Amino acid sequence: MAALSVGSKAPDFELDGSAGTTRLSDVLKENDYVVLAFFPAAFSPVCTNELNLYQEVREEFNRMGAEVVGVSVDSKWVQQAFARQNNLDFPVVADFHPKGAVAQKYGVMRSDGMAERALFIVDSEGIVRFSYVSELTKNPGADRLLEALEKMTARA
Amino acid sequence: MTEEFAHWLKDLVTDADWSRGPRDGVVLVEYADYQCPSCQAAFGTIEAVLDRIGSRVRFVVRHFPVVSIHPYAERAALAAEAAGRQGKFWEMHRRLFEARGALSDENLALYAQDLGLDVERFKQDMEDESLAAKVKKQKWQGLRSGVNGTPTLYIGELRYDGRVNETDLRTAIEAELSKDRS
Repeated sequence: MAALSVGSKAPDFELDGSAGTTRLSDVLKENDYVVLAFFPAAFSPVCTNELNLYQEVREEFNRMGAEVVGVSVDSKWVQQAFARQNNLDFPVVADFHPKGAVAQKYGVMRSDGMAERALFIVDSEGIVRFSYVSELTKNPGADRLLEALEKMTARA
Repeated sequence: MTEEFAHWLKDLVTDADWSRGPRDGVVLVEYADYQCPSCQAAFGTIEAVLDRIGSRVRFVVRHFPVVSIHPYAERAALAAEAAGRQGKFWEMHRRLFEARGALSDENLALYAQDLGLDVERFKQDMEDESLAAKVKKQKWQGLRSGVNGTPTLYIGELRYDGRVNETDLRTAIEAELSKDRS
């Protein structure tokens, strides 16, 4: 199963999580771009570092018109606790039931029951503009996202 | 380290950096957060490696305070910079890691006093906006270079994704040293 590629239509979704209910199309109404960060498991070491990093860069993302949404198969209660513990101000949503249904649509659901560590940037038209799947144990950092967003905002 | 994960240091080492060791040595850059337990643990490892092969290594420290989870990290970075203005950056660097998270402003002033600094000047420098800007800039440069958490090390100009244990780190630096000679 391959991750959605650049140019694909990004499937809309509505999921509960750390910020109540989050609908992708609603977030796209208020932002030029959404950085969708699929991650394997809340509270695991690499995921925690990765999402902490996105919180650190959030101001910069926001400046470029982008908001982050984190997605994993954990339940909304887990996402709430995870976001609270790490002071994550962006929504972290629960792709919990049916388990991994959104990850499946984006082509990033693994056979071991977790989502891949995958990054997408979706534009306000709902089109995937950036797509990247990291090795599971590698924190992909923020540099690729920043570079991609800079190129997009320069063209816009 | 595969090509896909290779991250280059976007901003190379200059005289504006705090560095130790020979200027023509192999460059080891650490992006560090003084409140980060992993950095505190890595401190001893890095020092042990430098004790052994430091005569051929230029060690550089840059700040990467992860402020959303480490509320003292930015102030601690400023303390290191303020101590640097009185010629004691490396002494404060050590002290901040050895403090294992005891990094309130009161603690920082005590450490400054212990190191024999002019404490009033130290406190003033900690409020200096140019130092705050320097810390922010280093963090931003780190983000652009692929720093994805702390500590992140670069050996030469390439990110070191190995474990920060003495053997692996020493092996990686020695590999770069031998490359340098060839």
